[in-house]
Amino acid sequence: MARKSQTLGWLYSFMVYVFMYLPIVVVIIFSFNKGRFAIWTGFDLKWYKLMFANKEIINAALNSLFLAVSASTLATIFGSIMALVLTRYRFIGRRILNGGVYLLTISPDIVMGISLLIIFILIQIPLGFTTLLISHVVLCTPFVVVTLMGRIQKLDEDLVAAARDLGASEVQAFVQVVFPLLLPAIAAGWLLSFTLSMDDVLISFFVQGSGFEILPLRIYSMVKLGVKPDINALSTIMFVGTVILVLAAQFLLKTRRN
Amino acid sequence: MKTRNPLIRLFILAVAIWLIIFALIPNFFLLAISFFEPDKHSYVIADFTLNNYERLITPSFITIFTDSLWLAITATAICLLAGYPFAYILARASARFRPWLLLLIVIPFWTSSLIRTYALINILQNNGLLSKLLEFLHLTSEPVSFMYSEFAVLIGLAYTMLPFMILPIYASVEKLDTRLIDAANDLGAGSLRTFWHVILPLTAPGIMSGCILVFLPALTLFYVPDVLGGGKGQLLGNYIQMQFTKPIPDWPLGAATSTILTLVLLLLVLGYKWSLKVSSQRSEFDNADDDREQKISSRFQAIPQAPKISGLGARLMPRKQRIAGSATEGNK
Repeated sequence: MARKSQTLGWLYSFMVYVFMYLPIVVVIIFSFNKGRFAIWTGFDLKWYKLMFANKEIINAALNSLFLAVSASTLATIFGSIMALVLTRYRFIGRRILNGGVYLLTISPDIVMGISLLIIFILIQIPLGFTTLLISHVVLCTPFVVVTLMGRIQKLDEDLVAAARDLGASEVQAFVQVVFPLLLPAIAAGWLLSFTLSMDDVLISFFVQGSGFEILPLRIYSMVKLGVKPDINALSTIMFVGTVILVLAAQFLLKTRRN
Repeated sequence: MKTRNPLIRLFILAVAIWLIIFALIPNFFLLAISFFEPDKHSYVIADFTLNNYERLITPSFITIFTDSLWLAITATAICLLAGYPFAYILARASARFRPWLLLLIVIPFWTSSLIRTYALINILQNNGLLSKLLEFLHLTSEPVSFMYSEFAVLIGLAYTMLPFMILPIYASVEKLDTRLIDAANDLGAGSLRTFWHVILPLTAPGIMSGCILVFLPALTLFYVPDVLGGGKGQLLGNYIQMQFTKPIPDWPLGAATSTILTLVLLLLVLGYKWSLKVSSQRSEFDNADDDREQKISSRFQAIPQAPKISGLGARLMPRKQRIAGSATEGNK
């Protein structure tokens, strides 16, 4: 009886995995298809060639990479400071700040997008790279904060106390003890921010403007027209990129500190 | 730690200013604009009015609202029904395979949901995989297309949001104290009763945060109907988007709709807080240390990003630490 239900359970889980991965696998397979339609006619890399020859896509991809690197770097700096302040220090209003970060993380992206758009227009910042950068930093920072908070809470206070006993100042203790211990989590936060920034559609849609096109929105305007083999190729590349980043982040968060 | 260092004070101030500029002010303006008059030239005129909300009680909006609500509720229910057993099995899988099985959920979780939505076209389109499957099962004699329908939008929402339901439930099942289940069995409860009175209340925070994570995006992911619905199955998100993109934008109407969305969010957060209470009442026999940890970790689950984090190997709240108390290696 127990055995039977266990087998059923595994069968069910397997089905869920199939449901989750089948569409992606199909896209990957057809990205190497010779023909244009969803019938396999032979292996070919022509859709990749076509995609790389598409200036608009390449341009948008470069823009996105630049934006994602800048936004996640800034978000990681701000997020790390926030996480440290919110977890390691007691002060008046801490709960309010905590609640603020919390609300920022659960507020729907679309609301964040339009409220930032309204602010940008009111204070007359022209829509473009600057507004995208600010918005992505606002989007990513709370992610870094939560990634780090877990790590900081597990930080061994004795190590810090030991450093202080041995005469280190608060800053020295931070730079030489706390920071190295948190580095893997900080790096993971950066990677996750990068992924977020590369994928965001809901916020960027509103604050993009017309001068600086980014990849997710390029894809958005392309997929509205249905299946195209070169989008399959692009999706495959994006998917592989995500897998690599997630694996790297996973590895960093897993690394045992000593 | 007490704060005397001026640098730290400066940082605290910076965090506060950050939140004021990027959370408080934008939302305040959004709320304010929802009470302003729309204007062709400067978007809004600062004249107080309730007109925008009145425009939302017209039948056409109510139809959009209830349709979108229905889609979101159904998608959430599908994710919950499909995701709960899955998360439960996953959390009880042997420790050797679990990280890998979990990783297979974390990857779609982080993959662009736009691309995942797009990937569904191959499955749903005319003569697509689903159609072929039905033909194979002799449920239909000719190719069928599922695209451009409410059904496609529903599948799209459930498909893209499923990992967001699985991960928080997984985290709460993983934390579940198996001694409680054993105790219930020893005391003569059947598996249904154990589930209803022990497992379900204890995993309520996971369920609730999963529902928050699925329900809100399911109301707003405007690209899902764009890609799969072809004008059908419009969401609240499409309606908001339209107010900002139509030739003569109507910011106040969009702002009023967003305000309603924020109210829904706040209601859900209250529901989450309630679920925490239910769960902690049931686990009173946990020692204080466990309790504290549960509070910390369930807090994380409430945050949409948290599954991304607890998903990352669920290493933030290691089981080992819970089992071994906070004694040994978890802390180092």
